[in-house]
Amino acid sequence: MTGATASPGAPGAPASQADPHRIGHGGNHHQDEATGHGEGGPASKRIVVAYGFWIFLLSDIIMFSVFFAAYAVLGGETAGGPTGGQLFEMWRVALETACLLASSFTAGLSSVAASRRQMVPTQIWLAVTGLLGLVFLVLEVQEFAGLVAQGAGPSRSAFLSAFFALVGCHGLHVTAGLLWLGTMMAQILFFGFAPNIMRRFLCFNLFWHALDIIWVGVFSIVYLMGAHG
Amino acid sequence: MSEHADLDQDRFDLAPGDEAADGSHAQGTGGYVIGLVLALLLTGASFAVAGSGVIWGPAIPAALLALAVAQMGVHLVFFLHITTGPDNTNNVLALAFGVLMVLLVIGGSVWIMAHLNHNMMPMSEMMKRLG
Repeated sequence: MTGATASPGAPGAPASQADPHRIGHGGNHHQDEATGHGEGGPASKRIVVAYGFWIFLLSDIIMFSVFFAAYAVLGGETAGGPTGGQLFEMWRVALETACLLASSFTAGLSSVAASRRQMVPTQIWLAVTGLLGLVFLVLEVQEFAGLVAQGAGPSRSAFLSAFFALVGCHGLHVTAGLLWLGTMMAQILFFGFAPNIMRRFLCFNLFWHALDIIWVGVFSIVYLMGAHG
Repeated sequence: MSEHADLDQDRFDLAPGDEAADGSHAQGTGGYVIGLVLALLLTGASFAVAGSGVIWGPAIPAALLALAVAQMGVHLVFFLHITTGPDNTNNVLALAFGVLMVLLVIGGSVWIMAHLNHNMMPMSEMMKRLG
């Protein structure tokens, strides 16, 4: 953000002329004229980074909502093939849900430990988070393989296309989260609790919790409603 | 969270995921434990509602939706620390916009496609006229 004080339309003009109504500036008590330096001064990098990542997560959730919409529209179009009630195994869904919820909890514990600068608890809770995520992923891959093996793959019906797209997209997010978790553990181990590492760690925690929020929608709308109706 | 070197700089805003340092709600591990217990209760209720006959059949989808929204709220407050506090205004406004988009996309799709299905000629009739 260097050179942000001069407006592009009027090079060299004083900032008061370029922005006569002082939009984005909070009163005269603060002398900093740079863009975004409002009341209370500029936000710290930690807040800016986490807020940007929050915006990304919300846009990611909006992308998931499109998959949810496709599933809501196509869920009943089984083309004479098996329905959700015939395919879904409730014990597996319950176990997947428990794993993901517990991993969200342990991710939170690791962030508490990291804020107290405790290396060993941070790493242990992160490792537990990763193991639970891995169990979730194994259960999901088993389910997908079983469905394809019994002829209920994504090409069988519009319902199954929408199912594999939605649940598979969530599974890909969990896979990406696990890779991120592994690199996060290594970075904390080698670089310690440096500010830039802690910013990444904050973003990782937001990502992992957001995955669990999306899974709440998946198990409620896809599995429980599908098994019932 | 007073360990953050730059906390005194941020009297007006809180990063999403960070907890308020003024003790206005459960802090640290305690907050996560409360969130876990509430989420477990709501998850258990969802599975119980779907798996048993405690609720009138046609009302089950509505009950599942209500429980899912409640659990998402629990996750937002206790895991992501998105609160209604004044230091969270930006985070909540972004969330509100996201929720609006999600509702428009899902609600609009379901609404329009239901009407299309309703007004569409049955496939057998269409084949008869085409042939």
